[in-house]
Amino acid sequence: MSDPKTLLSIDNVSKNFGSVVAVDGVSLDIRENEFFALLGPSGCGKTTLLRVLAGFEAPSGGRLLLDGKDIARIPPNRRPVNLMFQSYALFPHMSVRANISYGLEMEKLPAAEIRGRVDEMLATTQLSELADRKPEQLSGGQKQRVALARALVKKPRLLLLDEPLGALDKKLRGAMQLELKRLQDDVGITFVIVTHDQEEALVMADRMAVLKDGRLLQCDTPHEIYEHPADRFVADFIGVMNFCPGKAGADGVMTTEGILLKGTMPQGLATGDAAVAAVRPERIHIFPAEGIENRTGGKVAALAYHGLDLQLHIQTSLNDKPFLVRVTADAADRRPIGVGDAVEIGWSAADTRIFKD
Amino acid sequence: MAPALAWLAALMVVPCGLVLALAFFRRGIYGGIEYTFTLENFGLAFDPLYAGIFLNSARIAGTATLIAVVIGYAAAYAIAAAPRRLQPVFLFFAVLPFWSNYLIRTYAWIVLLNREGLLTQLLRWFGYEGEPPSLLYTEGAVITGLVYNYLPFVILACYAPLARLNPELGEASRDLGASAMTTFRRVILPLTLPGIAAGAVFVFVLSIGNFVTPALLGGGRFQMIGNLVYDQFLTANDWPFGAALSMALIAIMMLLLTVQAMAAERASGRARTAEGDAAHG
Repeated sequence: MSDPKTLLSIDNVSKNFGSVVAVDGVSLDIRENEFFALLGPSGCGKTTLLRVLAGFEAPSGGRLLLDGKDIARIPPNRRPVNLMFQSYALFPHMSVRANISYGLEMEKLPAAEIRGRVDEMLATTQLSELADRKPEQLSGGQKQRVALARALVKKPRLLLLDEPLGALDKKLRGAMQLELKRLQDDVGITFVIVTHDQEEALVMADRMAVLKDGRLLQCDTPHEIYEHPADRFVADFIGVMNFCPGKAGADGVMTTEGILLKGTMPQGLATGDAAVAAVRPERIHIFPAEGIENRTGGKVAALAYHGLDLQLHIQTSLNDKPFLVRVTADAADRRPIGVGDAVEIGWSAADTRIFKD
Repeated sequence: MAPALAWLAALMVVPCGLVLALAFFRRGIYGGIEYTFTLENFGLAFDPLYAGIFLNSARIAGTATLIAVVIGYAAAYAIAAAPRRLQPVFLFFAVLPFWSNYLIRTYAWIVLLNREGLLTQLLRWFGYEGEPPSLLYTEGAVITGLVYNYLPFVILACYAPLARLNPELGEASRDLGASAMTTFRRVILPLTLPGIAAGAVFVFVLSIGNFVTPALLGGGRFQMIGNLVYDQFLTANDWPFGAALSMALIAIMMLLLTVQAMAAERASGRARTAEGDAAHG
């Protein structure tokens, strides 16, 4: 992706249902060949936006430019866009093969070509053995693959996936995340996935958009969004974050206790405004070394063992809620910590994010 | 169990058995029954004259079924597409005629269709001056009566599968490039066919044996098999022949109902295995 070309340009798109604004002036570009995630809590408008892209809802305003052509008024059956439904929506009266060839039959392709392309797709999705089964004879994971194959066989410019892994159990979901990513690489089709699971988005997406109440909050790579969230909501929604409320100072947040937590001030925050200093659990050091700018004392309130790491809940005077701190199992072995122990914690100014509160 | 079976035997099996037995006896010269075994009643039932009435009944019942299915399916489709909270209201209105008596509903059509009836008056009101159309006592009137009376069955039978249908199936079909028409033909219709079949068999079976509607709206000029049976028992006093005709009619109905029940059983059997698989998988 040396030269990212825009495939779909969502230009100030809105969608109202009566007086309810489901999508509110969203603008973002989806690039050729990327795995893009629309992420947000339920009711944020991500599914409505997906249905607008698929053509099931006409936008109330704005333009949808696919390869530079406005497709906002083109019906779903004439768009080079396919949707994989959350419920899979497999045709129950048709075999796996008939489900997959349905979309090609609609293109009035020669029977031999349909057969060849379906066979190829069955092989790609490891469904060849199941070609003659009916959907009701398949497991959840198999149904998911049929739904994917049915949409992919049409070679759309854009494949939309509505919570594609939502119906699978946790273990299978992890495997399918990688599988989907591999498949996307193989077929070279742009994927837009809708999910409420931030972990899923972080793992799979090349870039992602975070939506809330129909508005776009941030659109960037998972790494950028995780490390530099645009606002407090994004910081809280993606991953885990510790927040310390206070007032904005010149180079940090002054807590109610009068401790200055240093960090880079964002634009548009004036001295004296309500602000929060935020830090990720994995950026906090227990018994910090010299030179670490932000530090405080606390008491271990709870301790959770996760195998790979140890999660400590440390009550300090900076916040009502205890700080969540992650310590690697290795470090915990070197210096055992128990509930009730007094500890000092600290983190550097570079790891501190400051938001308007 | 036992009292229920006794009840069924007393009220269903014994009367039917009696009618069946009657069919194998000879008719007495002055009515009544002569108790000698014969098969000639069944032979007579296949006589071209009576076979023609069977065919005519089947044709009328078939036409009524076709019309009822088209109208009923469309109505059920509209109800299933209405907002969810309004659906029970529409269904209530669809079955409302059942709250009145079948005879009264049929008489109502006489009021509507007769030469000085509501339809004629309506035509006059629009400025029609000529001869009043003769609508009553036609085959059309009989079919209208049958369709009207049995339409609610079709609506209910078609509504159930339509309401259960996942709307995303239609959307998936559209998404894969199908037009609205193709989506209906290849996805919606096949998946709601069991409801159509159930409704159609119901209308056909009830129509082919019907004698009230042809008598009242057909004016006795359009003999259906039900009228013929009625006549044999009550006018011609030929009980054995009437019994043979009844048996032939019951045989046709049973055959249709059995085929329909078997098809439905296969469909629901498939659905059950699917649930079982899902539970295990």
